[in-house]
Amino acid sequence: MFESLSVPGLGSVVAGTALLGFLCGTLGTFAVLRKQSLMGDAISHACLPGLILAFLLFNSKESWALMLGAAISGTIAAMVILGISRFSRVKEDSALAITLSVFFGFGLMLLTWVQRRPDAAQAGLARFLFGQAATLLDRDVWLLAAIAIPCLITVFIFWKHFQLVCFDRSFAQSLGFPVFLIEVLLSLLLVMVIVAGLETVGVVLMSALLVAPAVAARQWTNKLEIMAILAGVFGAFSGIAGAVLSNIGKTSIPTGPVIVLFITLIVFLSILFAPARGIVWLQFKHWRDSKVLQLDSVLSNLLNLAREHSGKQNGHSMAMLKGISSNPSGVPRSVHKLLEMGLVSEVDKGLYIPTSKGAEYLNEKTSHMGAPLK
Amino acid sequence: MTGPNDKKMEFALEINDLTVSYKDKPVLWDIDLEIPQGALVGIVGPNGAGKTTLIKSILGLLKPVAGSAKILGLEIDQGIKKIAYVPQRGSVDWDFPATVFDVVQMGTYGKLGWLGRPGIKEKKLTKDALEKVGMLELAHRQISQLSGGQQQRVFLARALVQHAEIYLMDEPFQGVDSTTEQSIVELLRELRNQGATALVVHHDLQTVKDYFDWVVLLNVRKIAAGPVSDVFTETNLKLAFGSRVSLGE
Repeated sequence: MFESLSVPGLGSVVAGTALLGFLCGTLGTFAVLRKQSLMGDAISHACLPGLILAFLLFNSKESWALMLGAAISGTIAAMVILGISRFSRVKEDSALAITLSVFFGFGLMLLTWVQRRPDAAQAGLARFLFGQAATLLDRDVWLLAAIAIPCLITVFIFWKHFQLVCFDRSFAQSLGFPVFLIEVLLSLLLVMVIVAGLETVGVVLMSALLVAPAVAARQWTNKLEIMAILAGVFGAFSGIAGAVLSNIGKTSIPTGPVIVLFITLIVFLSILFAPARGIVWLQFKHWRDSKVLQLDSVLSNLLNLAREHSGKQNGHSMAMLKGISSNPSGVPRSVHKLLEMGLVSEVDKGLYIPTSKGAEYLNEKTSHMGAPLK
Repeated sequence: MTGPNDKKMEFALEINDLTVSYKDKPVLWDIDLEIPQGALVGIVGPNGAGKTTLIKSILGLLKPVAGSAKILGLEIDQGIKKIAYVPQRGSVDWDFPATVFDVVQMGTYGKLGWLGRPGIKEKKLTKDALEKVGMLELAHRQISQLSGGQQQRVFLARALVQHAEIYLMDEPFQGVDSTTEQSIVELLRELRNQGATALVVHHDLQTVKDYFDWVVLLNVRKIAAGPVSDVFTETNLKLAFGSRVSLGE
């Protein structure tokens, strides 16, 4: 049988996945800041049994029916997790792990059983594991938009509430905000976006699209607004990449893994190279600071020597400076630099004294410090 | 007692038979407390005495097993609008993406309503509060780059923005240097002189007499509460802390 339903052009699939990626990045920002990165993972895995039960119950692969089932089991899982960590002595990470594996295990069992049934109706359910943007129908894209756009508007409206609750929960409560309701709203939005993304990204890798863009965005900015938008943009890019690559020549590469590869690359680059927070940047700053410190300490040693041997104008040798330095091998380079800067002068061959400019330079640098211990 | 029209006679806080417990262990036991308006009150007691719990119960952050609290004669859910809360500095993640200004501005959210966004008026309030705590110059600094004392000032400014009638502060002097401590005390006095009431969880017994008008001695039960000169005695301290504590006088 050929598809009797209209197949959308690549353009609308790309638009749909971009929208989904943007929403995932934005909502993921709040999940990451609330240290609930794993919550999304647990919820998305927990969607599987609901999805398959819905298929069995309605005997249909209509997106809305499957999404409804997924949303119900995802919500139940979220409540189970909150319930376990609130009412028992089990910690939240354990509650997450237990819930994720029980729900997902049950889902896989159902899936295997359904796939063994003789009729062909169940074919293609497995695509919900790893996602397949290529199989999106036109109305799936519309459904995706119908979920994503209200979610984004909600985030915009409740922006300050989300910011407040993520940063300081008890202060938010002291201002009279219904913190519990705000948290429920955030969790509901999370479930919605996960459900919306199931067909495209799949239950297994959905959480990557929630967490990774936010982690990458945090590296580049210190403003929540920018972080949320940037995470959205990263998410959208990964979504587009996933949709395009899995559509090329109808190779049916699952979309989820492509998206994850792409966003991982962004995370990797961000963790390494982002200014102020990136590893390379921090290493460079460390290296530069240590050079300056070495310079200062050599100058300071020279000044102290000159002070102790006052009147004696014949300066001190490189060997002497090396002897009292904690990093002797760096001393010659520092001395040359100091000579270049005019903070030190060479009185005799190989003998150095600090200049008045040098004394001034060090004075300025240490003016905010307390007096040295004598 | 004066007549009902005399607003000044309304207690800032009125706590009746308050009992709070975590699981089956009582943390506060049958507390009765009446705090007059315009007092600087130190809450003093050993670790685990329930000082933070007392503050959180007044704010409605914890559900008591029994008893109730009234704020300026109002039930908690209405009275809470009259309170500014300064939580312990360590209670938040300071690596949150926000500047000093952003955090202090959060203090204005309570009066903005559901859909309101901070505008010119809120930005002005925020700047004024930052100036009062001497942090205006650092307004655009990322909060992860602050020292402990600066973090405490930010929290204080966030409370000042609220222009509240009652300030509840959980260990504002924890880990701050003496300069910051002194300037916080100055601010507290200024607030008190403007008629506000402040309850401050405090650890340093030596400074209680200098800083506070009133003191609440707590150790699960209320040991004593009243003006410092009446209540802050060796006998009461021994009851609260056990025999090893002395005022060193």
